[in-house]
Amino acid sequence: MVTRALEGFAGAWDPWRELEALESEVSRLFGGGRRGLSPGDLPVNVWADEDGATVTAELPGVETKDLDIQVVGRRLTIRGERATTEPGEGGRYHRREREAGRFGRAVVLPFAVESDQVAASLKDGVLTVTLPRARADRPRKIAIEAA
Amino acid sequence: MDATVTQPAPGTEAPGAPERTRSQRCYTPATDIYETQDAIVVVADMPGVAAGDVAVELEGRTLTITGNPAEARPAGREAVRAEYRPGGYQRVFTLSDAIERDRIEARVRNGVLTLVLPKAAPARARRIEVKAA
Repeated sequence: MVTRALEGFAGAWDPWRELEALESEVSRLFGGGRRGLSPGDLPVNVWADEDGATVTAELPGVETKDLDIQVVGRRLTIRGERATTEPGEGGRYHRREREAGRFGRAVVLPFAVESDQVAASLKDGVLTVTLPRARADRPRKIAIEAA
Repeated sequence: MDATVTQPAPGTEAPGAPERTRSQRCYTPATDIYETQDAIVVVADMPGVAAGDVAVELEGRTLTITGNPAEARPAGREAVRAEYRPGGYQRVFTLSDAIERDRIEARVRNGVLTLVLPKAAPARARRIEVKAA
């Protein structure tokens, strides 16, 4: 009864709403975050259903060869490096906002995955990692036999 | 020569951005600007944006770059963790040098827009030949 009352009050859990609250908090503290790639922690979005999960991250200007993705148990690790742009000889910067350097992130997934079937693609600067749920971890329907 | 920026800090939503047809957010992309002898080069992070999603407009000395990526979310899957929200990008720059607009080059690779704006002849360093009398 309590659960039902809560659901009626708050509606379905919406991760975007939480993100929005966090974003406004960050803006309040630091006067606006950077949009682009910043070294250190890499923001990720995680999508899931009962068959598996999809993890996405924005990695503009990162080459496939500079990315290292590993899965151990339920932990997905994304590591990489973004090269600096060079204006060449005689060139000079007016503005330099794009950060270069190493970044990394570990995500603990809601379930174990088939690590040999994990697929990753990098398209238009967006990394998408698709992780099928481990067979042993999937919910199994138990048939009830008649007595 | 200075390339002045008239938009807010990167990461914030661009205020006064034109009304969008899609319910997409509009971000100010993190941008590098450098100058070489004959060109101004603008490099902007626009993850999710493909070549066909970019618009570059130069009106007088006002340069506007816009990127509107197609909305992408994994089919059928529910968001369980949301740390960033994809969206479009727009930024306006004021250039103090004249640009040869017919020779502007734009390319998009790995979600990064690179714009080469060749300086118009008078802005370039000219070699003055000294003639014998």
